[in-house]
Amino acid sequence: MADATAQSRPGVLAMLTARRGRGKLHWTDVFSYIYLGLGVLLMFGPVIWLALSSFKTPAGLVEFPPTLLPLGQISVPVEGYDDPLLLFSVTTETGETRELAQIRRIGIVRQMVDPAAPDERIDVPIDAAEPIREFDMAWENYTDPLQRFDFTRYLWNSVVVTVVATAITLLINSMAAYGLAIYDFRGRNGIMLLVIGTLMIPITVILVPVYLVVTQMGLVNSLWAVILPGAATPTGVFLLRQYMLTIPRDLIEAARMDKASEWAIYWKVVMPLAMPALAVLAIFSVMWRWNDFLWPLIVLNRSEVYTLQVGLNAFQGELNVQWHYILAMTVVTLIPVVVVFAFLQRFITTGIAASGMK
Amino acid sequence: MTEIRLETIRKAYGDVEVIHGVDLEVRSGEFVVFVGPSGCGKSTLLRIIAGLEDITSGSLKIDGTEVNHVTAADRGLSMVFQSYALYPHMTVYKNMAFGLENSRMPKAEIDARVREAAAMLQITDYLNRRPKALSGGQRQRVAIGRAIVREPRAFLFDEPLSNLDAELRVTMRKELAALHAKIGGTMIYVTHDQIEAMTLADRIVVLQKGRIEQVGKPLELYNRPQNLFVAGFIGSPRMNLIETTVTEGPALVSGAARIALPPGAPVTPGASVTAGFRPEHLDIVEGDGDIAVTVTFAEQLGGETYLYCAAEGLPQITVHRPGQLPVEKGQALSLRLDRKQLHLFDADGQVLANGLANG
Repeated sequence: MADATAQSRPGVLAMLTARRGRGKLHWTDVFSYIYLGLGVLLMFGPVIWLALSSFKTPAGLVEFPPTLLPLGQISVPVEGYDDPLLLFSVTTETGETRELAQIRRIGIVRQMVDPAAPDERIDVPIDAAEPIREFDMAWENYTDPLQRFDFTRYLWNSVVVTVVATAITLLINSMAAYGLAIYDFRGRNGIMLLVIGTLMIPITVILVPVYLVVTQMGLVNSLWAVILPGAATPTGVFLLRQYMLTIPRDLIEAARMDKASEWAIYWKVVMPLAMPALAVLAIFSVMWRWNDFLWPLIVLNRSEVYTLQVGLNAFQGELNVQWHYILAMTVVTLIPVVVVFAFLQRFITTGIAASGMK
Repeated sequence: MTEIRLETIRKAYGDVEVIHGVDLEVRSGEFVVFVGPSGCGKSTLLRIIAGLEDITSGSLKIDGTEVNHVTAADRGLSMVFQSYALYPHMTVYKNMAFGLENSRMPKAEIDARVREAAAMLQITDYLNRRPKALSGGQRQRVAIGRAIVREPRAFLFDEPLSNLDAELRVTMRKELAALHAKIGGTMIYVTHDQIEAMTLADRIVVLQKGRIEQVGKPLELYNRPQNLFVAGFIGSPRMNLIETTVTEGPALVSGAARIALPPGAPVTPGASVTAGFRPEHLDIVEGDGDIAVTVTFAEQLGGETYLYCAAEGLPQITVHRPGQLPVEKGQALSLRLDRKQLHLFDADGQVLANGLANG
């Protein structure tokens, strides 16, 4: 049985090279592959560039023309010089190629030295020297922020905010949804409209009042200031309520006949059945919270309560942008989202299809 | 043992009244079937008894105590739903134990009860499965098992067999009857299938448009329908009903039918009367009968024969005879009614007579 399915299912390679006709390349095949390839390039390109660039040294980042791979120029220790010198491949006037180390550059001339014979100085025009590179990962882009700049703390803060906020969001949104889906009362649709109506209000409009409330409650510079204000989301209530409406009423009534309390019906019957919708909301909530920047930036002013996104912003000074750190830490912030997406992709696509929201 | 009494129960949704004052007494240990066409209010009535619907006015008493304002959970009844309403995320065992867990029963007792019920319904092998992995009949049993384990004061069934195929329905019907014989609880059963009603019920309640048309034992309803609706509803194929006018004699006349009645029949000349006679109470006779018909369609089943006949000025007449008949399509027949089995209804549809002396 297992063998049969393994045989009948094509492998990844067969899938990637699948064609319309048998053997011959139809023009639609060409078209499809170009189209799909372009799509992959467009969507994956920036991410791959980000990941690769995050391993470049600051010098490598500003280099022109830019390189795709993180290549570092080889430097060698030369007798008589304190620092290692950068190695170049030089084409001499006679046409032979030598490996020389550069001492300094003066105008259009490089002053160079042969590492084997450090006493002799050679002047070379700059366009005759080609830097010798090797594949070099600048791991310090990652280790420095994580060790020196307390990024582990930001990471921890982000995790706390995301996990706690998602848990609270799921709990209170599902309770609201239960009330609006399971009970039939006059004004139910009116309340639902009100909830959906709040979707129309952009966060920037309520920024100031919410900030005032948070300040009055003394929550500024605590993670609760980030967690609490966004815990009840109209999107979540709407999503869960619509899903709960599809749960057969018979089940609720059967549970009532089974002497289940309202809490038991909510917790033991409706919640397990609403699991697909809850998973969707959980994914959304994780993504919202993890990527949230504006609100944390406003309410978190001390670096020990920074979340990752706010922490990233700290590398962006007025005069000096530390691109190598920003890129590396951006990769770090991407990882959880990618992991969540990889494992729960099925729920996300159904969720987006069901709610039309992203 | 539980007695359920309904006193002028009314139910309205807004301005629309759907149950118009129902009085009924369900005796202890009785199997009562509510039957009627769809939309007659039978399910609503059951849900009122269950506590899933509020009562607009009237009084519902269980063992003499009014329970109008007692919640469904506290009425001590259990219900089997048409859709079975099994919790899809729980195993069969959990499904059956859920109600008991909610009443905080000790685990050991829950286990004993679930296993006992499972053994009785032959679902022990499936206890660890989810409902999704069960067939319709098995789900049905689980739903019944869930009702049994709670040892309720009464069982309510809402069209429990309507989602099963014909063969399984017959089997489950027998099992339900056996179950009632075994545990003997008070049961109320809702169905639109009069065969289920006839086979299962101690007493049948025929409902139409939110009113009780007649209550009685199955054969009592069959033999002595109190009105046109019950006469037409109970029995398959249905009773032949023809509208006639009473002439001197007395006799009933309509189109190709002339039915002479014995003297003393409770009819007055000139009145319009509906005559009802079941397909099996028609004889094929030589010479003059009561109705002259032409066979339009004959169903020869071997053991029995159904004839569908047309007659001038009359609706289709169905004849049911045992055995095989040498009758062909288009043949003219003369039919004679068994006067002892003739039902007469007045213009309002109320019964005048269920059977007359042979005239």
